[in-house]
This record gives sequence, C-alpha cells and structure tokens, in this order.
Amino acid sequence: MKLIVAIVRPDRVNDVLEALYREKVQGLSLSRVQGHGGELDRVETYRGTTVKVELTEKARFEIGVSDHFVDRTVKAIMKAARTGEVGDGKVFVLPVEKVFRIRTGEQDAAAVTPVGVE
Amino acid sequence: MPPTAVLNGADLAWMMTSTALVLLMTPALGFFYGGMVGTKNVLNTILMSFATLAYCLVAWALLGYSLAFSPGNALIGGLQWAFLRGVDLTGSQSLGPSIAHVIYMAFQATFAIITTALVSGAIVSRMRIKAYLVFITLWVLVIYGPVAHWVWGGGWLGKLGALDYAGGTVVHVNAGFAALAAALVLGNRTNYGRQAFLPGNVPFTLLGAGILWFGWFGFNAGSAVAANQFAALAFANTFLAPGACAVVWSLLDLLRTGKVTAIGMASGIVVGLVVITPASGFVPPIWGLVMGAIGAIPSYYVILWRAGTRVDESLDVFAAHGVGGATGAILTGVFAVKAWNGVQDGLIAGNPHQVVVQLITVLAAAAYSFVATFVLLKIVGALTPLRATAHEEALGMDPTQHGEEAYTTGEGAILVLHESAEAKV
Repeated sequence: MKLIVAIVRPDRVNDVLEALYREKVQGLSLSRVQGHGGELDRVETYRGTTVKVELTEKARFEIGVSDHFVDRTVKAIMKAARTGEVGDGKVFVLPVEKVFRIRTGEQDAAAVTPVGVE
Repeated sequence: MPPTAVLNGADLAWMMTSTALVLLMTPALGFFYGGMVGTKNVLNTILMSFATLAYCLVAWALLGYSLAFSPGNALIGGLQWAFLRGVDLTGSQSLGPSIAHVIYMAFQATFAIITTALVSGAIVSRMRIKAYLVFITLWVLVIYGPVAHWVWGGGWLGKLGALDYAGGTVVHVNAGFAALAAALVLGNRTNYGRQAFLPGNVPFTLLGAGILWFGWFGFNAGSAVAANQFAALAFANTFLAPGACAVVWSLLDLLRTGKVTAIGMASGIVVGLVVITPASGFVPPIWGLVMGAIGAIPSYYVILWRAGTRVDESLDVFAAHGVGGATGAILTGVFAVKAWNGVQDGLIAGNPHQVVVQLITVLAAAAYSFVATFVLLKIVGALTPLRATAHEEALGMDPTQHGEEAYTTGEGAILVLHESAEAKV
C-alpha cells in the first residue's frame, strides 16, 4: 500500500478528479493549502503598501491505494495537473505501514479497496 | 412649454435627489453582479461597474450628452453641447424647462453609466481590464448616445410615437442585446459547460438588488423631470411591479424545485423593475402590478433555457434586461391609459396601433445594439486583446488585472519597502 500525496493548482482540481474517476480510483481526500514552490512572486498594491505574495493557494490530494494502483494514479494526476508553467505542483508516493477501515475493522489492502470492488 | 418658464425649486430638488439615487444604482449593480461570481473575480466584477462611473461619466460630459440630446437629425444629435458648452444653469426648453440644464445633463449621465455597466454582466471573469476600459468609453458614445437620441433626444423613434418612460428600450433592451453580442465576441469562460461556476457571495447579490430598487425610484420617478403627478405615478408603479414580479418568480421557483431561492428573489425584484421602467409613467397602478407579475414569466424561462445553451452570457443580462425590457416596452403599448399619463392610450384603452410602434422601437434598438456592439468589440479586439490568457483566468481577474484580492489573509505577504524608506534603515 502507498499513500499518494499530490499538491496541484486549485484550477486543475476538476481535471484531476475527472482523470482519477476515469482510472477508477475511488476514495480520496482533498484539502486547500497554501504553499510555495518555485513560482515567481506575485506583487499586490493596496494604496501605498506594496507586498510580494509568496504563498500560493494549492490543492492537496491524499489517496491511499494498493500497490498495483500506484502507477496509474500517479500518471493520471501528472497528466491532468500539468500546465507546463512553474507552479504545477508535486506528487509524493509514501509507504504506508497499516491501514484500517473504521466501519468494519478491515486492514491494509482490504481497507483501501472500495466497497463493491474485488 | 412657455418660453418664459422659470426654474421651479421643487422640481430642481427632486431632480438633484433623483440624480443621486440613480448614481447609487451603479455600485448596487456592482454588488448584484459581484455576488454571483467566484471570490477570485469579485473585485473585477464590481470594478466593471465602478469603472463606468468614471470613464462613461467623463465621456458623457465631454461628448455623449451632446450626441444624445442636442438638436441634430433623426439619427444623432449635434455637437453644440460638446465639452458642456451651453449646458448652464437656466432651464432647457425642450428637455427640462423648470430645472437647471446642468442637472438634466447629470441626470441623463447616470442613465448612460448604468446602461453601460449592465453590459458587463455578460463578460465577467475573462476580459482584460484595459480592453474593457476602451470598450465602455466607446460604447457609451457610439451605441448608448444614438439610441437615447432616437427615443428621447428628438430622433426618429420619438417622432414615431414610441412610449419609453424611463428606458425600457434605451436602457434595458439596448444593454441586453449588447450583452449577448459581447458574450459571443468574447467567447466562453474556460471550462464553461464542464465546470460549475457558483456564486461566491449571495448576500452581496441581495444587497445589490435592494439598493437597486431604492435607486430605481430616482430612475423612474425622476424621468418625469419634475416633481409632479406623473412622477408620483411612476413612483407608485416602481413600488408595485417588483413586488408582483418577485412573488411570481418565487412561486415559479417553488413549483420547479420545491424551494424559494435567494438569487431568484433578487432576480425577481430586478426583472420587475426592468419591466415597469418603460411603463412607469404611462400605466395605472393596478396595471403596473399586473405588468410586474406577467413580466416574470418570459425572463424566468429564458434564464432556464440559456443555462442549457453553449453561450456563456454569464450573468443573464440578456434574459433579465433584453427580454424583460422588451416585455415591458410591448406591454406599455397594451396597458397605457391617456387619462393617467396625459400622452397616449394603449391597446386596452382602444389604441392597438401603439403596440406596433412599441414593437418597431424594440426591434430597432435591439438590432442596432447587437450589430454595433459586435462590430465595436471586433475593432477594439483588433487594437488590443480582449481576453485574458487561460493562465490569468485560472488565477482570477482580481490578482492578474488589478494586483489585489477581495479577501486577503496577509499570510506569506512580504512588505516591499520603498527605496527611500530602505535608505533610512
């Protein structure tokens, strides 16, 4: 099992969701985060105050998958989230020690396999 | 009017008040529209209205007023009042004999401003601000000016006998068809039809609708250009029609979805105001109430239909103002009663010809507005790009066009000190 953490542009979220849906990747978490990669700073001016805005809004996906799903999940995210400009984000693949499904107590691969899928 | 007419204090007081009331409608429209876009585009949307308060006001004072209202030919006014020459403190015989000419100019300016601002609802969240400023400055001169002249400034539609008390045709049909043309030239927002564009702040939309109604008393009752019984009639109709329209609108909502929506209530009020605008000083109050109720139906169903089309006329200016204005203009020809307005009867009072005149007026304004707006935007687009890039659209118009955000947190914002300040440290 792996945990895939992807940081993407907020405006690519719909594309990523669509791509994951096509790959039959079900079960994910999405949160809004602020971060800084290598983007050029954005400058804003409020009357006499000029600021450089160094944190940019990003969306963070967290997806627990069984091993044979890792490749296709990563590829789907990479393809859907890419614009080619600096600031497209990152995908991290992390090892997972244990997973439990709270409702049933199922563990590991069974816990990350959606209900109704063999 | 007798050539010896002198200024009347009550008229002057009412017209200065009306001018201020109508001016407030443009910021109100900004909030009405601003509430319906996402939080990355709210400043841009509200500023599209505020920009007309600046750019169209100046263009109107310098040139637009003369083109619309100074004596000219059947199609356009002359240049004798350009740069405010001759726009003085005496009464203007043909336009407003009992108020200072400069106040008439200012009152009419507020109409030119809000009409231009109405168009912006069609093209939110994707137009470059530079191109927009050029567009609105030219639009008020090239499209609003002539149409106002046709109906109110001594042009051919006025001579034909068109009844347009406060701008059902000049303002609303005009803005509605210009909006449709603008949406077609600009093209859809990226991902339109794939992604839902939800309103970012519905309370803003309700606030805007409320203030629009308040300002609209100046718009309609001020169009009497005097504090007289016709102003009172227009005031009463402006009071009644939006209520009736919002009742019908919310009932249609209730029947269709089982719920009464906030944006529906706000839209019902605005459409009711639009529908009664051309009729406000011409129809008895009970017909005003009926017109508001009937007027809900075409706009309501055009909004539903439009949402399923491939045309991203984003905030439904066409349905609310184009369709609502045309409905109001035609119904004015049905419900007008000479015993109330002192001018002309409509169909029910025995003058079916008036409906034909109203139809011609609507068609002429719609055709000119649509075609001329289409051509104007193509010309502006040849000089400077109209559309923001897809990347700018993704980030939102607020940071990319204005370098500001509506709701800042300050996190990650690093103060850039001026060189002089740095030198002192």
